[in-house]
Amino acid sequence: MQFESFSDFLNMGGYAFYVWLSFGLSAILLISLVISSNNNHKALLNKIAQQQSRENKLRKLAKQRQNDASSDVQEVVS
Amino acid sequence: MWKWLHPYANPEVSYHFSVKLTPWLTAIAAILIPVGIVWALAFVPADYQQGDSFRIFYLHVPAAMLSMGIYVGIAIAAFSSLVWQLKLADASAAALAPIGAIFTVIALFTGAAWGKPMWGTWWIWDARLTSELILLFLYLGVIALHNAFDDKNLAGKAAGILSIVGVINIPIIHYSVEWWNTLHQGATVSKLDKPSMSVEMLWPFLICFLGFSFFVAALGCKRFCTEVLARNSMRPWVRALATAQEKK
Repeated sequence: MQFESFSDFLNMGGYAFYVWLSFGLSAILLISLVISSNNNHKALLNKIAQQQSRENKLRKLAKQRQNDASSDVQEVVS
Repeated sequence: MWKWLHPYANPEVSYHFSVKLTPWLTAIAAILIPVGIVWALAFVPADYQQGDSFRIFYLHVPAAMLSMGIYVGIAIAAFSSLVWQLKLADASAAALAPIGAIFTVIALFTGAAWGKPMWGTWWIWDARLTSELILLFLYLGVIALHNAFDDKNLAGKAAGILSIVGVINIPIIHYSVEWWNTLHQGATVSKLDKPSMSVEMLWPFLICFLGFSFFVAALGCKRFCTEVLARNSMRPWVRALATAQEKK
């Protein structure tokens, strides 16, 4: 340990402002990059899943309509 | 001999490989960075000229080296994507660019916070500082181009050409302290001679540098996975992954 006490450590030989500014800002930047990367990953997966469920719904609707239409035709014929 | 590499051109194989790799890289970074930073802040003797302000060195130099290293990596990826049409190379370049940009900001900012007490100024338009600032603008250009097109192949091509042209800036940054008069000190570690640093100061630097390198690798893997998924969002295996994730 290069410092005699904890307050000595915080003081950084008079350069406290510059040293802690550098380390603090770097930590904030790196942590926010990690968080935003993780969020992006989750958001993308959700988007793909949503798109898929929307497509499934549309497909189901189209099929239903087709069935209805064919039953209409049968009614008319009978 | 290199045939074992072929399966990794398949996005699905590469994706699962990166997913497996990420926790290991994260763990190594999570051990090395705290050890290096605590060592640098509390246990390294103060510099005989710069006192305790020199502890900023342990952030500034690894960040600056990585900002340049990542850029070279992106340019190599862009080149192999343009020449051999490796789509995954584009994905890795897009994944790495924001990480490189953040390290460039850190290098510039810690440099300013170190320059103020040592040189008496936050900023000076000299060769080293200006060329590093240009590196930041190159990164921003590459990121912007990657996001400027809906067609990711086209985006990769445009961003790739910019990153290859921009490589000329890397040797300029490195040799700027030799070619021009500058306030910035010369190379301490990255030179062919023995590093001009005592061993007790060098060790924590190596640990910090390695730690940040593993951080870049881990975060790069994670972001690479995102890029691969985004580029293959119509594939069945990606859709299966997405629905599995939603059910969780």
